[in-house]
Amino acid sequence: MKELLKEKLEKQFTTVQFEFIEQFDELTLKFDKSAIVNICAFLKDEDGLKFNFCEDITAIDWATRKNRFAVVYHIFSMENKFRLCLKVDVDESECSVESVSSIWKAANWAEREAYDMYGITFLNHPDLRRMYMPEEFEYHPLRKEYPLMGIPGAIPLPKK
Amino acid sequence: MGLESKLINDGFFTTTIDALAAWARESSVWPMPMGISCCAIEMMASGDPKYDISRFGSEVMRFTPRQCDLMIVAGTVTYKMAHVVKKIFDQMPEPKWVIAMGACTSTGGMYRSYNVVQGIDQFLPVDIYAAGCPPRPENLLNALMQIQEKIGKTRVKDFPDPPHISHETKQADLSLSKN
Amino acid sequence: MQKLTKDDVHPKIVQTLLGADVHITVDDALENEMILNMGPQHPATHGVLRLLLRLDGETVIACIPELGYLHRGYEKMAENMSYLEFIPHTDRLDYISPPANNVAYALAVEKLAGITAPPRAQYIRMLLAELARMCSHLVAIGALAMDVGALTVFLWGLREREKIMDFFDVICGARFTTSYTRIGGVASDVTTDTMKNIIAFIDQFEEKFDEMERLLNGNRIFIERLEGVGVINKEDAIDLGFTGPNIRASGVEFDLRRATPYLFYNEMDFNIPVYTEGDCLARYFVRADELRESAKIVRQVIDKIPNGEVMLNSPKKVLPRKTEIYTKMEELIHDFMIVNFGINPPVGEVYHAVENPKGVLGFYIVSKGEGQPWKMKIRSPSFANIQAIPHLVKGQMISDVVAIVGSIDPIMGEADK
Repeated sequence: MKELLKEKLEKQFTTVQFEFIEQFDELTLKFDKSAIVNICAFLKDEDGLKFNFCEDITAIDWATRKNRFAVVYHIFSMENKFRLCLKVDVDESECSVESVSSIWKAANWAEREAYDMYGITFLNHPDLRRMYMPEEFEYHPLRKEYPLMGIPGAIPLPKK
Repeated sequence: MGLESKLINDGFFTTTIDALAAWARESSVWPMPMGISCCAIEMMASGDPKYDISRFGSEVMRFTPRQCDLMIVAGTVTYKMAHVVKKIFDQMPEPKWVIAMGACTSTGGMYRSYNVVQGIDQFLPVDIYAAGCPPRPENLLNALMQIQEKIGKTRVKDFPDPPHISHETKQADLSLSKN
Repeated sequence: MQKLTKDDVHPKIVQTLLGADVHITVDDALENEMILNMGPQHPATHGVLRLLLRLDGETVIACIPELGYLHRGYEKMAENMSYLEFIPHTDRLDYISPPANNVAYALAVEKLAGITAPPRAQYIRMLLAELARMCSHLVAIGALAMDVGALTVFLWGLREREKIMDFFDVICGARFTTSYTRIGGVASDVTTDTMKNIIAFIDQFEEKFDEMERLLNGNRIFIERLEGVGVINKEDAIDLGFTGPNIRASGVEFDLRRATPYLFYNEMDFNIPVYTEGDCLARYFVRADELRESAKIVRQVIDKIPNGEVMLNSPKKVLPRKTEIYTKMEELIHDFMIVNFGINPPVGEVYHAVENPKGVLGFYIVSKGEGQPWKMKIRSPSFANIQAIPHLVKGQMISDVVAIVGSIDPIMGEADK
């Protein structure tokens, strides 16, 4: 399955630079963020691959590296029972990536959560609002510079 | 409240009615289960056939605050939820009591994070804190019994009438000539 | 439920609700539409879930769920505490079946650290995971029946659940939030007496559950309230990220215990119930059948459990035994280092998912080689299941919303993390 995947991807996307990492029996794919929608559409529809289940979308904050964030997609193929992990690097200066919610509807809320927690904007997302924190909240909690105890007074408490 | 507030003299007759009213109140405490997270499951378990809560008079766990006198805040209260809890507490009629069930409501519990209120006594007047994570149903029943004891000691003079607010009704301006 | 004014709800949410994809029209409907708030505090939403409904009379046109009322900041806290310290927090994720979450987390960290627990520990974990599944489904069926109006079933289900919690009490030390698994095994052993009692419980459980089912399966009110309500077809279910009993009720045979086996599930003999209708009644039947299958698995586990240790003997990664800590120097040092600085797994990332009673629970851990994870993401099944609610309630009545939310069985502790 891994060889089939590598073969098909490299044949279809000749302009994209892929990096295959295998660790702990899992396969991770790294590539440039501009190709994300095309690659995901290909992975979903192509015979033999059929990654129809989007399990999770999240982001990692590397804090000191040049590309500060990395957006991670976990997708699963129910036919082939194979799990794949896609990673794209996002820089802080241009904190946005294309949304894949047009391909899998399950990605909708996961991307909203990533936006709420990290501040990464997803372009062409049908409904990009905050997920957990109230709408008036100004910060993004899971960024490394946000303190664990929060900023006092950020969300008001009712009076006694 | 109502009839008894008229009986302010400490005669034999009125103290008996007083004690009777307090006994009636303590034997039928209707809790308002503010079940938010894991402690709510233990609160449900205290209502199941093994740890029956209805033998204490709390058979009726109404989910509407207008008919309850005890609010059991069970679960972690976050900043977003705090406004909701306060709103529901305000909707309960007097006299009312609060049990802070579990560690999360007492002091924030094991969640020392940006979104958890470190103790609901920052915005609610709490009567009994039940410790545990979650407290066993027997623990909750113990807290309920202590509330019953507390209620049994109350007398009419503890519940003063609310301050009289005069509602000045404005005359509707129905005159034809409006300037 | 209260009618909202414009000041109560943030304008962005109202905008989304009003602009939602509306293709439902109701004949002879009232002119005005109403926005109703099925608030965080509600007897029939399972926990603090806020549903904003846009109604045309009694028919729901659009629905926007709002989460975040129980957001406790798990992922931020996980970055600040060691792997072992996070185990009690995993209890409180899906708080109806705590041992199942413990097992999921321990498996993920062990995959990262590159160790495997001894076979006896793995069988004990399977035993607890299946007992937890029975707990969870009993509450799910009971709560669904209670929402629809049958109150007795809920109390009978809780009575059976109390017997299972007694077993948790004896095995794990706590009846509810167990925190039983450790990295490298489980905390303590299970005696043969306990196993005999579990078998005795399972023997009488089948008849008791038959009684409960008799109350519901032939009940016309129950069936008419649930049949044909909240139908979702196969493609939509996979697309929306449904997992667990919900997707098995729509005709997709997807169970991680068979697809990517973990622990010793490939040696157990059990069926996966699949129904094709995709409505609330099918979801109830899937859960009822899964209860019986779990009882079967528990019997097989107790039959096949091998003798041996319950904790791995790998001093750098696993806490040593208490008897040795008190007597030997090496073990004392290792215990000190592991408790204070954490196990140091290799640099890397791992994603491990198991089949929880609610669906697929996954842990994504990024490690930089330190004692604390650099990032931990919890892929919770209820989060994805609630995402499908707007799709399911379109065109249904308000009372159907209650039945639908009950049949999906979300738990806000894990949906909000």
